[in-house]
Amino acid sequence: MTAYTATVTVRLKEGVLDPEAETTRRALERLGFELGGLRSADQFEIDLDADDEGSARERVTEMTERLLANPTLHDYEVHIDQR
Amino acid sequence: MTVAVIQFGGSNCDRDTVRALQEVGVDARLVWHEDGLPPGTEGIVLPGGFSYGDYLRAGAMAARSPVIDEVRSLAEEGVPVLGICNGAQIGCEASLTPGAFTRNRSARFQCERVHIRVENAGTPWTRAFETGDVIEIPIAHGEGRFEIADDRLAGLEYENRVLFRYCTPDGEVTEAANPNGSKHNVAGIVGEEDHVAMMMPHPERVSLTDIGSTAGQGILRGFAGT
Repeated sequence: MTAYTATVTVRLKEGVLDPEAETTRRALERLGFELGGLRSADQFEIDLDADDEGSARERVTEMTERLLANPTLHDYEVHIDQR
Repeated sequence: MTVAVIQFGGSNCDRDTVRALQEVGVDARLVWHEDGLPPGTEGIVLPGGFSYGDYLRAGAMAARSPVIDEVRSLAEEGVPVLGICNGAQIGCEASLTPGAFTRNRSARFQCERVHIRVENAGTPWTRAFETGDVIEIPIAHGEGRFEIADDRLAGLEYENRVLFRYCTPDGEVTEAANPNGSKHNVAGIVGEEDHVAMMMPHPERVSLTDIGSTAGQGILRGFAGT
């Protein structure tokens, strides 16, 4: 078994309105910053032991599809590092 | 007909819903989610509130709790299920109905009276109405914007599964009458079969004769049988 840390990034699908990001963008502009756009995402770090990177990825992908992301709203990326 | 109103930690419309159901002559009782559904459950309400503190996404945690598996199997057997507000968020997260209710366009919690138009009067929840009838009803949510892929929404509309849309007092479906940015003003939908319904507005808050409007009673009578 090898120790891994999986980093899961969950973000809204393109075209899905993100009112919080829009509010944050406006607040940055009020602070005097210039920016072209702002997107927000959730990031989860999951520590786990697995036989290899592939099985770690498989388990984390299932976690993401069953809970961390909502397929109606989100796309996601899974990144695996040895710990 | 005994309706189980399922309480999660953070539910807060559960008692109101029991009382409103009793007001329309439906036997209803509170059921703590960990206790499971009692034998003889003939109807189910997923009530409003903030189950699990809205952690992750509104409804996400409750939708994965064991009692929802029981709800799913009873729903498949034809037991009517109504999700209200947080209950609707739970129902969509559990895929009892398609789509998702997410952050309001305003990015704020909104508690206000709105108008909704009955889009399909052929369901148990709307048979007290005619298609096109307008109901004045409160909303109270921060995550009530109905979101779904355009092609799936077109499919729902084709199958006549939109139950209510936000509208003006005259029944016009306009962008200005859309309180939260829901796609096509959708305020409530039904599942693959119409005995499963999810809606963001609160019929139980307009169902007690003593405190005014009883416009929501017709919806709750969906549990009363024909």
